[in-house]
Amino acid sequence: MFEAARKLHRIGVLGLNERNADYIMRLNPRRLYPLVDDKVLTKKLALEAGMAVPDLYGIIAHQGEVRKFADIVADRDSFVIKPARGSGGDGILVVTGRGKRKRGNYRLSSGLFVSEGEILHHISNTVGGQYSLSGNRDTALIEYCVHFDPTFAEVSYQGVPDIRVVVYRGYPAMAMVRLPTLASDGKANLHQGAIGAGVDLQTGETLTGVLDNNVVDEHPDTGAFIAGLKIPRWDFILESSAKGYDVTGLGYLGVDMVIDRDRGPLILEMNARPGLNIQIANGTGLANRLARIDESFAPEATPAERAAFARGEFPAVAERQTSLF
Amino acid sequence: MKQRYVYLLAAFLTVIGMSVFIFKWQVLGFPLVEDQETPVWTIEAAVNFDSGPGSIKVQLHVPTLTPGFRMLNENSVSRGYGFSLNYGSGGREAQWAIRRADGEQTIYYRISVYEDDSVDQSDTTPPFPPLPVIDEPLKTAVDVLVSDVRDHSADTASFTTELLRRVNDPSPDPNVELLLSGVDSSADFVGAVTTILASARIPARMVRGFALSGRQRSATLVAWLEVHDGDQWLYFNPVTGEESLPERFLVWWRGNEQLLNVEGGSDVEVGFAIQRNQLDAVAIAETHASQQGTNAVDFSLYSLPIQTQAVYSVLLMIPIGALIMVIMRNLVGIDAFGTFMPVLIALAFRETKLFWGVVLFTTLVALGLSIRFMLDRLRLLLVPRLSAVLIVVVMLMLFISMTSHRMGMETGLSVALFPMVIIAMTIERMSVVWEERGAADAMRAGLGSLVVAIAAYIFMGMSWLEHLIFTFPELLLVILAMVLLAGRYTGYRLTELRRFKALSTD
Repeated sequence: MFEAARKLHRIGVLGLNERNADYIMRLNPRRLYPLVDDKVLTKKLALEAGMAVPDLYGIIAHQGEVRKFADIVADRDSFVIKPARGSGGDGILVVTGRGKRKRGNYRLSSGLFVSEGEILHHISNTVGGQYSLSGNRDTALIEYCVHFDPTFAEVSYQGVPDIRVVVYRGYPAMAMVRLPTLASDGKANLHQGAIGAGVDLQTGETLTGVLDNNVVDEHPDTGAFIAGLKIPRWDFILESSAKGYDVTGLGYLGVDMVIDRDRGPLILEMNARPGLNIQIANGTGLANRLARIDESFAPEATPAERAAFARGEFPAVAERQTSLF
Repeated sequence: MKQRYVYLLAAFLTVIGMSVFIFKWQVLGFPLVEDQETPVWTIEAAVNFDSGPGSIKVQLHVPTLTPGFRMLNENSVSRGYGFSLNYGSGGREAQWAIRRADGEQTIYYRISVYEDDSVDQSDTTPPFPPLPVIDEPLKTAVDVLVSDVRDHSADTASFTTELLRRVNDPSPDPNVELLLSGVDSSADFVGAVTTILASARIPARMVRGFALSGRQRSATLVAWLEVHDGDQWLYFNPVTGEESLPERFLVWWRGNEQLLNVEGGSDVEVGFAIQRNQLDAVAIAETHASQQGTNAVDFSLYSLPIQTQAVYSVLLMIPIGALIMVIMRNLVGIDAFGTFMPVLIALAFRETKLFWGVVLFTTLVALGLSIRFMLDRLRLLLVPRLSAVLIVVVMLMLFISMTSHRMGMETGLSVALFPMVIIAMTIERMSVVWEERGAADAMRAGLGSLVVAIAAYIFMGMSWLEHLIFTFPELLLVILAMVLLAGRYTGYRLTELRRFKALSTD
């Protein structure tokens, strides 16, 4: 038992207690949380900073506005409904199309058709606060549905794969790609059964994946190899996530991005308490990298410089980098 | 920086807590463990009434002759009242008087006794009682009954037993039926029996007192029968006719008089609380402390009213539960619903006992969960849905109580002790997790809550620990220090070693 703990400590694995006490409580002041907990606000800030985000079609803030839904999506076939203060991807509804004969029927990303009544109920629940962190009233966002880039088509089962970058004091420290599976119901959240694949910060290539805390080489639904995929526009992704720090001021930050077929990498949301499974996906711990960033922290460095630092300092762990190709 | 403050604060708290603890233990001689050999019973009578406009006089019968017990001390707590002890026909009477009082009044009388078999009934032999004056047709009934019983008995004791057998007969003869027609309490019943015995010129009287056992927050008086056979007083169970006293029976007063008489007050209530503790050792320690002139004793919990003591002996275990919670969550890393839900469940387990607690809790949550899933189809908004779950939980509790009562299992009644709001929230959280993360996650967190609750219950139920914290509440400072330290523990949680297994084995 102590042997295992020592080994984890040596490779710098961060535990929940240490993450909470030494990083989140020190670097993420409570007053900044609303900036990332409210997706409407996050979107606004990101837009002001010139970052790319999915277009916002409309917001529903009150029970009385629920019937505005039909107008908001009147001429759109695909869109996403999200709670502004949701957590862990809960309460997100992805609509990918409509019924051929009846436009009031909506096709979800799972292929299932639901009626408008069911969607309105979902929005009511969202506004009522069912998915919000505190259970308080919430706002529902209706936004652009990402048409995802073919890079990950082979290793995703429905849903949209996204890229999570952990940014420490403005420096990208670790990244992973989250791949939806049948089990995760198209959601890109690890605790819901999605696969996490580590990313070599230097090259932007995926490493092996992790599913439920176990290392996997192939996607369980498609059978394709996970490792060795090259993420397009990796430089841009690193720089955008580094900017996330300047926008929010959070020293320990998770930036979630998706790659759109047409519009390139878009910032989906940011997270003040990014999870620790990213370490398993990358086969290494965070603590050593965070210490390395602390050593060379330069307050005046631009996002581009910080991204460049991360590329130079944090290549994948040597033994894991030898991929299957 | 912050780390050092926490260590300093924790060290400071520990030093204070431990020094007071060691001082009280070593110098003042407070007992570390509960003293099992010489239990001291403290009985507290609380007289409650609304004061009238004029002067008030309160008379309360208090123990005089207590076979089997010796009095350690007695005192009265009453604000502004004059207090005196007098001898009346039924023994000692405590009397409080005041010229004027406002609002609700509470007067306490407290007596501490300990068991001592050498204490005997030391009354003088009573005179033969005068023949009671009884009106017809009761007189004839008594006479017939007495002569009938006399024919079937040899001496005073057998006469009493035979009489009690007849008056307790489920199908009594018409005479007995007539005599007992106005009787509606056990005291009335015993009173009637003494009257019949007096008609047979047998000295008899009613005795009232308590069967002492454990801690009782509201004890009830038991009526007993005392008969003199010419040499000594004999005790009879008025219902079974057996010649015996209940185990550890403390005689409070004798005779047919009312326990309490309040002049100038209304809405009179009297309640008795009984506590068994090691007041003996503590009393010695307190005397010792007052001789030394320290005031450590002024803050002792033993100086509080007994009912409050009973409340605090439970409340003081909550920090223990919280400490267990911290250990399970931050050091072991068990998932549980709600921060303190398991501690509250553990509190309920104290009353239900572990096995039934787990059974009831599981049943309640399982039933609530299935009804919650049915509610889900109705597509209710959040707050009405939560309220609906709460109402369902209350109804389920009622249902479980009724069903188990019907089936003769009284343990099911204690389901009412579960914190229903917490249970409703647990059901709601669990169903949301169930829907979003799957049954496995929901079950795991549910089971985690139960495991933490059981662990908290086990520690909160340790009687030596309860005694220790109750006698040395300063140990709470040490617990606080431990919680503070755990708050800065940045090592791995036990479950994380499993979670990151892929990283530590390759």
